[in-house]
Amino acid sequence: MKDQSDMTTLYLAQSGQKFLIQKVKIKGDLKRRLLDLGFVPGSVVEVLKASPLGDPVSYRVAGTVIALRKEESQLLFGEVIQR
Amino acid sequence: MDQQQRLDALAAVTPAEELDHIRESIVSNLFQKSRELCSKSVVIQDKNQLYKSEKLDRIFTSKVWGFPIMLGLLGVVFYLTIAGANVPSSMLANFFGWVEGYITLAFTAMNAPEWLHGLLVLGLYRGTSWVVSVMLPPMAIFFPVFALLENYGYLPRVAFNLDRLFKKSGAHGKQSLTMAMGFGCNAAAIMSTRIIESPRERMLAILTNNFVPCNGRWPTLILLASLFMAVGFTGGMHTLVTAFVVMGMVLFGVIITLLVSWMLSKTALKGTPSHYTLELPPYRKPKMLNTILRASLDKTIYVLRRAVKVAAPAGVLTWVLANIYIGDTSILLHFVQFLDPFGQLLGMDGFILMAFIIGMPANEIVLPILLMGYLSTGALTEVEDMAALKQIFLDNGWTWLTALNMMLFSLLHFPCGTTLVNIFKETKSWKWTFVAFAIPTVIAIGVTFAVAQVIRGFGWV
Amino acid sequence: MKEYTIALAGNPNTGKSTLFNALTGLKQHTGNWAGKTVTLASGYYRYKNIPLKIVDLPGTYSLFSNSEDEEVARDYIVFEKPDVTLLVLDATSLERSLNLALQVLEMTDQVLICLNLMDEAKKKGLKINAKQLSKNLGVPVIPISARNREGLDVLSDTLLKMCSGTIKTKPYKMKYREEIEAKIIKLEKELSEILGPDYPARWLAIRFLDGDSKLIAALKNKLASNGEGGGVHGSTTALGRSGGGHSC
Repeated sequence: MKDQSDMTTLYLAQSGQKFLIQKVKIKGDLKRRLLDLGFVPGSVVEVLKASPLGDPVSYRVAGTVIALRKEESQLLFGEVIQR
Repeated sequence: MDQQQRLDALAAVTPAEELDHIRESIVSNLFQKSRELCSKSVVIQDKNQLYKSEKLDRIFTSKVWGFPIMLGLLGVVFYLTIAGANVPSSMLANFFGWVEGYITLAFTAMNAPEWLHGLLVLGLYRGTSWVVSVMLPPMAIFFPVFALLENYGYLPRVAFNLDRLFKKSGAHGKQSLTMAMGFGCNAAAIMSTRIIESPRERMLAILTNNFVPCNGRWPTLILLASLFMAVGFTGGMHTLVTAFVVMGMVLFGVIITLLVSWMLSKTALKGTPSHYTLELPPYRKPKMLNTILRASLDKTIYVLRRAVKVAAPAGVLTWVLANIYIGDTSILLHFVQFLDPFGQLLGMDGFILMAFIIGMPANEIVLPILLMGYLSTGALTEVEDMAALKQIFLDNGWTWLTALNMMLFSLLHFPCGTTLVNIFKETKSWKWTFVAFAIPTVIAIGVTFAVAQVIRGFGWV
Repeated sequence: MKEYTIALAGNPNTGKSTLFNALTGLKQHTGNWAGKTVTLASGYYRYKNIPLKIVDLPGTYSLFSNSEDEEVARDYIVFEKPDVTLLVLDATSLERSLNLALQVLEMTDQVLICLNLMDEAKKKGLKINAKQLSKNLGVPVIPISARNREGLDVLSDTLLKMCSGTIKTKPYKMKYREEIEAKIIKLEKELSEILGPDYPARWLAIRFLDGDSKLIAALKNKLASNGEGGGVHGSTTALGRSGGGHSC
């Protein structure tokens, strides 16, 4: 497991990139909901596209497409993995 | 030690600060296993097909095309509704008129008293048949078309496109979904706000839902737009202009929604938007026939039920008020004369305000009540064609300003009775129910007043 | 004749209600259950002349206590003990659906899985091996397309066989990380001593470990009311009825 300082956030990942989630730095209800949708450590998320106004951004996770606002994607830590 | 105590002893087995960690671990394992199972039993044969929805999203939610497509689709829905509803509406009206002839004959044959004929035929029957013939055709087109878009999976994309605007105004992203429900029926949309979990944002959605015109207000908007706004155009252009005006009204309603949400989240409902996630499910080709039949059947039954339950008694009430005299003026006229100065100030008249007030139980009946009021006999006329209808309005001093302000008032005014009842049920608060009544009313009065002053000030009418 | 009760569970938007309508037609009613505000619709249909009652549970992504919907669905499966829990999975997004499936398999042995939206999956170029999945999960897996009414007969047939006990299942039970697994086993032992064989002890152990206070409260409630009622499980009586028909 990498040190947190080496990690980047999902928010910073670019469209088309794949992102390995390593840490979900959220607490409580939202954390539980994100976990249920497949945003779990060990999952690979693909960044799809931003909404016309720039935010939210859609991601492919667990075979589905989920949109997150930047407030959430900034709290998902991990690393961009090469295709 | 009994069962309950032994369970209690086990209840705090994990320290509170480790709970999130345990859950994360459990769900990670679950998804790990899910992935493993998938890799054993699912073969991806065609990546192009699999990601087709995402390709479509690149168009439907594109920076350049996302908004134009959204507006275009809305316009197409309105155009189809307006273009398609005209003929069946007049056919239904003719049919009801034809039946009425025979009912009147039957009343005469039985030597029924004049007042009974007035009450049952001119009040009840005409009120009901008006609502059915004016409401049914547009609804039977609008809702199936809308249902097709919904079943195709387009609505979540609208929420995705508009999310930022709602976030800026302090509202929940799913509010656009509850607004879409409002196109059908605001009362039902109030119930649908349950999908918003945060109480603050749910209240915003409840308080502003009324700015989306419902089922009962479409005919008013369409009719007035077509009679007064699209003057000078004929044929397809006429329909197109009418659709544009109606769409403008809807967009104005959305702007007001965002503004009111923004103001409320700076004042009475202070707070920042809560976290949320939005799923964009794959586009699915809807079952055409099934969707169309189901949506139009449901709507037919809904409109018919409402016509019987609300329009019929209101027709009777209006007839009674118009036919009971105090001095040499009917009760209805007394009421109208009382409201008239205020109505004039708002660019409308006393009859229109009276119709909105008596029509409070259901927006569907506002226009029929207005017509009943205008006709000195106190009964709803048989409106053979649109020109005759327009003549009634013109005879009563209408200008395009009157029509515009009635449309604005219809869009912005207080929620109907059913909606208010549902708001009370959902909020369980008299205070918020009153607020839900007061905000739109104040805005409707303010906007129509301002519009009337400006337009008269410039001498445009 | 015995009436069987079947609980319908699944993710939201998986065509669960389409399946519900396809099976029960218009013979439905809605009612509140166990004092919750969430409304459960139930409907009846007959297959081979055997009456089957379908209870449509709220669509959820998981069965922890994240929301009232999840609590209702979970409490129904564990405490009302339907004859079969019919789990609707979305064939086009199997990974997320399986997350829920694995949770349900922990709760009860009587699980029948149907893979809905098979027509969509095919269009998307997905080939799904239902037999393999069934082997891995230890319960029957039936591919269907509810909106095209495909596979419904096989589904009903299998349902009936499971109700009558002709088909026995051996559901896969999730294994967790070692440190968690050790705790689960210890708790499971204690819980099965306290509660006896009527409750899924392993699943409860995981819920206790997860600190699911709402579930623990519901369990205690259930035990208390069973004490008063002489320990008899009311399987369908708790489903309150209110005036039928859907609201607009």
